[in-house]
Amino acid sequence: MTDILQVPAASPETKGRSLFQLALIRFRRNRAAMAGCIMLLLIAIFSFVGPFFSPHSYDQVFPSYVTIGPSLEPRPDASTLQEAMEGVATRARVTLTEFAVEGETFTATVTSEQPIDPRSTRYFDRANEFENTSVVVTEDDGRTMKVQGLVDREYFPFGTDSNGRDLLVRVMLGGQISLAVGLLASLVSLGIGVVYGATSGYIGGRVDNVMMRLVEILYSLPFVFLVVVLVVFFGRSFILIFLVIGAVEWLDMARIVRGQTLALKRREFVGAAQALGLTDWQIIRRHIIPNTIGPVIVFVTVVVPKVILLESFLSFLGLGVQAPLTSWGALISEGANNIQSAPWLLIFPAIFFVVTLFSLNFVGDGLRDALDPKDR
Amino acid sequence: MIAFILRRLASAVPTLFIVVTISFFLMRFAPGGPFNLERPLPPATMENLMRTYHLDQPLWRQYMTYLGNAVTGDFGPSYIYHDNNVAQLIGKGLPYSMELGFYALLLAVIGGVIAGTVAALKQNSLIDFAVMSVSTIGVTVPNFVVGPVLTLIFAIMLSWLPAGGWGDGSFRFLILPIIALALPQLAVFARLTRGSMIEALNTDHIRTAKAYGLPVRSVVITHAMRGALLPVVSYLAPCAAALLTGSAVVETIFTIPGVGRYFVLGAINRDYTLVMGTVILVAIFVIVFNLVVDILYGLLDPRVRHD
Repeated sequence: MTDILQVPAASPETKGRSLFQLALIRFRRNRAAMAGCIMLLLIAIFSFVGPFFSPHSYDQVFPSYVTIGPSLEPRPDASTLQEAMEGVATRARVTLTEFAVEGETFTATVTSEQPIDPRSTRYFDRANEFENTSVVVTEDDGRTMKVQGLVDREYFPFGTDSNGRDLLVRVMLGGQISLAVGLLASLVSLGIGVVYGATSGYIGGRVDNVMMRLVEILYSLPFVFLVVVLVVFFGRSFILIFLVIGAVEWLDMARIVRGQTLALKRREFVGAAQALGLTDWQIIRRHIIPNTIGPVIVFVTVVVPKVILLESFLSFLGLGVQAPLTSWGALISEGANNIQSAPWLLIFPAIFFVVTLFSLNFVGDGLRDALDPKDR
Repeated sequence: MIAFILRRLASAVPTLFIVVTISFFLMRFAPGGPFNLERPLPPATMENLMRTYHLDQPLWRQYMTYLGNAVTGDFGPSYIYHDNNVAQLIGKGLPYSMELGFYALLLAVIGGVIAGTVAALKQNSLIDFAVMSVSTIGVTVPNFVVGPVLTLIFAIMLSWLPAGGWGDGSFRFLILPIIALALPQLAVFARLTRGSMIEALNTDHIRTAKAYGLPVRSVVITHAMRGALLPVVSYLAPCAAALLTGSAVVETIFTIPGVGRYFVLGAINRDYTLVMGTVILVAIFVIVFNLVVDILYGLLDPRVRHD
């Protein structure tokens, strides 16, 4: 009692802060959570905007660059080009005397005992590496020919996979799918869990008993197994995967919302709504669900990384989205299979995956601390 | 106590029944079958196969037959591994999975509890920070990343340990899989222990024990540990069940002939009986370990009564 008397009257000048503003301030002060936010934003930009800035598409195959290591230098390098050019010369039955590459153009001098047909430039174009070859000078009655053309140089900063696809773009695509599945599946589980939990808690009595008993039975099912069965037997489309994952991740959410609802439904405003003659569904929708939002948001931040993990787990077992689409889990699995010959196939997707999971964890912790200061 | 155990075992029967029923019908209503290969079999062969495995009978009869056989421990033939029936396959794989899982569980519980206790005793110190960072890594990074990275470092770069396989069963082959299996669980145990230990150390009876001048070790181990281990014990059940029945991921990465892979292989090949067998196996493990943990709970916490 004495505590209450000692509370000073709020001075009129200080502006009141809403709970939401307080939460925002607490969240901003949490450095790890802010860093997590920024990392997530960067990774999302990398995954969703990045492909627009890459000249390669995710299913584009480069037969001449299968399983090459990551490098900031353009491919092919000078010595490979030299070899390629010698190959071309052999095929065109001419001798290569001089060869130089400058930036994107090359010049070559070839000789032969007979006059060279200018049409033999098509041999140059036929190689993957060279393009738009044209004759510059012909000397010695056509026995010596200087040709010039463009070198097709590609950048593969992350290297390529065993099919000759650009790993950078594949990691971006994997990010798109992993993040999208994570968000959508969490929304599905959020929707089912909130409606189910709120209904069960609000109606109570026998209905509550039956509904919660059902949740307990579902809990005892081996869940990962259930997901695997569902995915294997009903196909592997993108939509199905997030529906299935969402459909198995709602149990905790339902329990949390039910607990909240049980506390809420004895409050005066719900009684007032009942007295006004609102139907049960209207009360659940307008009064119960909006008031459970705090713990629900916190729990969603736990669900998102869980879902991303589950999706990657499925992809790792070869049950995720199908090629040429990919996700981080599928890329990591591919990397794990080629670990001896091409470790970069594991390292790059794993880095992005792990950083994302860490950031989500930090953001989740930050939100929990910010929204629920008692829980610290 | 015995009445409690019997009651719990009796209540497990409907759970198992529901698990079996849901899995059975879920699989059968899905398109495809165990003999739908890429190149279709001739109709006569197909018919014979279906007859041999009683797949031509109405679904409810197959279901009744399966239930009847399963009660007597006969889980039917495997449709894909023709030389073995499901019970034999599981009997062959389970020892590998259980040995691996047992060591992983041991490492996870002992390592996790020790790390968590030390972190709680030296709260906010460098050790605490280190334990929490490692456990954050363990919780966040899934074992299908940890496994290949461990292989990359210790098997390929340093060539200290074999990259996979069971070999002659010597411990060298088990080290990497055990770490990959145990790390996530170890992290959970460390976090749980740290949290409940900090709480336990702040209770009145611990303060009293300290005030009596009891040595720190005896305060921590005999008084605080007892209460602090309750959440750890309750996590033990799902963890033990998951570890001992094999992990599809770890067994795939390290090519270990355990039961973890059978489920995925069975599901992919629509090997109905094999999938059912593994599902029942996991369900039994979950039920048994939940029971064991409830009994342990009663021993640790006298407030819990089983009557």
